[in-house]
Amino acid sequence: MTLVTLLMVAAALIGIGLYGAFSQQSFVMLMMGLELILNGAMFAAVSFWALTGGGVPEGQLLTIIVMAVMAIEMAMGFALVVSVYRAKQADMTEALDGLKH
Amino acid sequence: MSAVDITFYINAAIAIYAGWRVFVTDSMVRASFFLLISFLAVGVIMLLLAAIYLGVALFFMMAVEMMVMALFMVMFMMNPAGLNPMKMVHQEKVAIGVGLVAFLALSAAALFGQYPVRPVPEGLEPVVSLGHELLGDSMLVFESAGVTLLATMIAVVMLTSHRGRYGEANHGSRPPGLEPGGDPADKPSESEEEGGHHHHHH
Repeated sequence: MTLVTLLMVAAALIGIGLYGAFSQQSFVMLMMGLELILNGAMFAAVSFWALTGGGVPEGQLLTIIVMAVMAIEMAMGFALVVSVYRAKQADMTEALDGLKH
Repeated sequence: MSAVDITFYINAAIAIYAGWRVFVTDSMVRASFFLLISFLAVGVIMLLLAAIYLGVALFFMMAVEMMVMALFMVMFMMNPAGLNPMKMVHQEKVAIGVGLVAFLALSAAALFGQYPVRPVPEGLEPVVSLGHELLGDSMLVFESAGVTLLATMIAVVMLTSHRGRYGEANHGSRPPGLEPGGDPADKPSESEEEGGHHHHHH
């Protein structure tokens, strides 16, 4: 369980999340990609805290703040999905083309 | 290999496999359950790394968040039970490329970076030190997070309420006329083209 192994697992989670955020057409699946990215980032923060930070409390604080940001982002994202659906009956990203070139 | 290492490898494999299966499965509710499994595996690894509060907080927060996501899946997606095969992707090659580039760049930073070795000290109580930090030196961060959550709640209720600024949602976003019973006081909007392939009218 070295630092390199932990960080590579976190990098894999971030890579999969980026793939999902870029490729999914449905809003909810896009947000699941974002959740995976934040999962990887939190995991990397905790592994840095445990193995190179010496247990300094700011490491855990960063992870708690990222968890709060995750909750905020999910709430705002779903509120926007609901209001976009009400305005335009759109449940896929391809359906929003008002600003498309 | 100690039991800690075996547990770590098993949970790391579960986390990555479940993260990949989120985007490959047909059933949408199972996609959110796979994401939950990925989060739980990462939480177990956090417990192994002595971040006790963070691991348990991940367990209960992610359980509730993934249930909320499953609810929104059923609301907004047309194939929640997975009865038809489904793959709704766009720009897939770009997405795979971006994911691979990110993974390789971050792994290179992990492999070739020079990180000091400072393990967690022996007598550290992580929950106590986190509590002292949150309610002591970083109280401003803690309280700002609370106020931000409150602002988010207000914004979410505003965005999703059925009532516009001047009345019911269908009529409530246009201001009342300058004379009683007259035309609304703002410019009339062009009729927008209907977006999307799915016409759910209610």
